[in-house]
Amino acid sequence: MQLSPDETLFWQYGFIKLNATIAFTWGLMFVLAVGSKLITRRLSTELTRSRWQNLLEILVTGIERQIAEVGLPQPRQYLGFLGTLFLFVAAAALATVIPGYEPPTGSLSTTTALALCVLVAVPAFGIADQGLGDYLKSYMEPTFMMLPFNLISEVSRTLALAVRLFGNMMSGAMIIAILLTITPFLFPILMTALGLLTGMVQAYIFSILAAVYIAAATRTRKPAPAT
Amino acid sequence: MLIDWFTVGAQAVNFLVLVWLLKRFLYQPILHAIDERERRIAAELADADAKRAAAQHERETFQHKNEAFDQQRAALFAHAMDEAKAQRQRLLEEARQAADALRTQRRDALRQEADQLNQALRRRTVQEVFAIARKTLADLAGASLEERLVAVLIERLRTMDDAAHAVFAQALQTATDPACVRSAFDLPAAQRTAIQDVIHTAFAPAVPVRFETAPDLVSGIVLTANGQQIAWDIADYLRSLERGVGELLKEKGPPDTAAGPAPSETAAPHP
Repeated sequence: MQLSPDETLFWQYGFIKLNATIAFTWGLMFVLAVGSKLITRRLSTELTRSRWQNLLEILVTGIERQIAEVGLPQPRQYLGFLGTLFLFVAAAALATVIPGYEPPTGSLSTTTALALCVLVAVPAFGIADQGLGDYLKSYMEPTFMMLPFNLISEVSRTLALAVRLFGNMMSGAMIIAILLTITPFLFPILMTALGLLTGMVQAYIFSILAAVYIAAATRTRKPAPAT
Repeated sequence: MLIDWFTVGAQAVNFLVLVWLLKRFLYQPILHAIDERERRIAAELADADAKRAAAQHERETFQHKNEAFDQQRAALFAHAMDEAKAQRQRLLEEARQAADALRTQRRDALRQEADQLNQALRRRTVQEVFAIARKTLADLAGASLEERLVAVLIERLRTMDDAAHAVFAQALQTATDPACVRSAFDLPAAQRTAIQDVIHTAFAPAVPVRFETAPDLVSGIVLTANGQQIAWDIADYLRSLERGVGELLKEKGPPDTAAGPAPSETAAPHP
């Protein structure tokens, strides 16, 4: 039994390999990019617009509003990164209704990659917002004694991000696979529905946590305006 | 090993590519469309606000103009009413004055006409009286009117009382002008001589006597000397006749009113 789609190999040339994780990720990327392109090809700026445009507008403005509620005053600056995190994780979870599909987020490699991206993005946004010195100084707040604990916190929360998503997604797929062998008909469907729900929740948690980290890194000395 | 580091790197790259793709194809176009629409709506709202403000301003302007127009109209109307009243008063006054003037003029004309008629009647009456008297005398007594007139005058001269005789004699003697005998018709020579004889014998022998004919003379014959006069006339008869005719006309016609009677009614002589 496979714990991760990484183990399904389609092609390998030395270190370089094409496994199911990468293949399904490309599939998701293709669907998301081409779908967006098709819908946004003819956008209307009038008061009447297509239902697909309405869906995308609701999606984009909803993500934007969520980022703003976390405490980032200029959400559009972070929309590309955080919105893509949410959409990718959510799409990976939604696609589990397709038979034979395995979510790439069920691979610890994928979640680690996403967590590493967050790990890099948080200081990047922080430095871009308040400068290198001020950002590094924030690791020694309130005293320099806290420096090691801050560093540990940084690493551990990245690890937690990766493992939380991986655990949830992998377990969902795993439970379905196990249940299929025991009770083939009813329970897998229920568990799939439950998996959709947990997938959406995980996507929300992952992107919101990333937003919170970025907010913590950018507003150290700039409290958010009261809302 | 659950983590395949090549896959980790590949997935990180994949994720970054996906970020770029979605930015390119999803976020930017959608946000652009939303912004564009919001701008358009804001512009339309601003335009509507401006139009509403303009309409409000127009409405207020119109109301102000309307009120001003109403006030102006009322003022003009009141002014016109006052002018019309004044004009009416003036026209009425003018008409009244014109009517008064016309009435006065007509009354004067009527009075003048009545006077003229009166005069004509008087003359005509005198002529008729003389004609009747002449004819009556000729028919009944075989004498002429002139003879009777002269006889009456001579009779009066002779039968004067003393006081009057003295006064008249005094007047004849002190007169510078000759004594004048005026009559309505020519006196025959016999009568003239008779009158001269009476004057010479009764008052003053050498007084010259002059004879004149005055057709308009109401009295038949008059002797004047130095302001004194002796006459026989029919003035008393005429006055009595006029009184009788006037009373008759008064009984028959309406009285003379201020509005002015008809000419036929006022043509009759008044006493």
